[in-house]
Amino acid sequence: MDSSRRRILQLLGVSALALTTRPVFNAFAKEEVAAEAEAAIKAGTEALKAKQWAMVIDTRKFKSEADLKPLIEACHKIHNVPILQNKRHEIKWIWRTHYHNAFPGKAAQFIAESVAHRPFLVLCNHCENPPCVRACPTKATFKRESDGIVIMDFHRCIGCRFCMAACPFGARSFNYRDPRPFIAKINNEFPTRMKGVVEKCNFCAERLAVGQLPACVEASRGALTFGDLYNPGSEVRELIKTNYTIRRKQTLGTEPSVYYIV
Amino acid sequence: MNNKTLIITGLIVFLIIVLFPFWYMRGKAAPAPEPELTPKAKAAQACVRSTEYMKSEHMLLLDVWRDSVVREGKRIYINPQGKEFNMSLSNTCLDCHSNKAEFCDRCHNYASVRPYCWSCHIENPKEKT
Repeated sequence: MDSSRRRILQLLGVSALALTTRPVFNAFAKEEVAAEAEAAIKAGTEALKAKQWAMVIDTRKFKSEADLKPLIEACHKIHNVPILQNKRHEIKWIWRTHYHNAFPGKAAQFIAESVAHRPFLVLCNHCENPPCVRACPTKATFKRESDGIVIMDFHRCIGCRFCMAACPFGARSFNYRDPRPFIAKINNEFPTRMKGVVEKCNFCAERLAVGQLPACVEASRGALTFGDLYNPGSEVRELIKTNYTIRRKQTLGTEPSVYYIV
Repeated sequence: MNNKTLIITGLIVFLIIVLFPFWYMRGKAAPAPEPELTPKAKAAQACVRSTEYMKSEHMLLLDVWRDSVVREGKRIYINPQGKEFNMSLSNTCLDCHSNKAEFCDRCHNYASVRPYCWSCHIENPKEKT
């Protein structure tokens, strides 16, 4: 190869010219795109906002199983949660349990009878430090920055069930079967799930987005309170301030956002 | 090259077999399907975006919608004409396009793609109650 000064200068000149082609191409390309302007995306104006959504459950207002039933049904109905008789296949977003199951380690040998026999409502705690999120290999489950909800993108779930192993509250269920045949009445506005994905409570993210409170809160007639944990003036903060509240398995450090007045 | 004839005959037979589908079906390409619109979709006149855009980019649009709704909680889509839409496959798209067999499946079958949207999203929000 001839590497005279003239040759190198020629090459440099041609290279410099080549560098100008990209802006020229871009200028031409732009004219075609300009035919259709860009679309925009925004949140609904009526959407409820919070730094971290939280719930306070006043368990004193629940005397029997029948008091919890309408809340559970309201949730499971609007979210197309199937009813499977086989306990191993059961899907639950919100359910009833005993004190000693909800708060293991807090149940002393002798406790107040009213508490021992009271039904406890349990659901996903939407932890501030959620172990399920760390376990998820696909980021199908994540803690939403905008409002602190631990939510799932069912499209991404590969059904590995690491999150179920990681969750200390058993708040997650796996679809071992196609859930559709087991949904008594399908709510058309909410998708169902398919076989092979995990599901759980989503704090009614779809209702909050249109300015409605979660379905269980609405059905509770005041026993459940919902609000922003980081707003000192919120109703939940007021209740936490004025009542003695406990949280499930607090020692694990997951920082649950569901508080119980006992 | 002792088996020259054998090899060449073999090659010819191979080529004939491989190319058979091409000359057999020559000129008989299946026509591109024409998706059918429901009366409601017809009455609306315009979709979220232009027909050309929807034809080529609807999968991308849905992908963006899903991420925006689930991950950012932003559910309102403003199209270039300034019209607002609720970003929901079930409640917006399938509300007009409630005829999966005549609208979605026709092209998907033709293009041999099998999206699993309807494993979860209800295909006809109006009929199934």
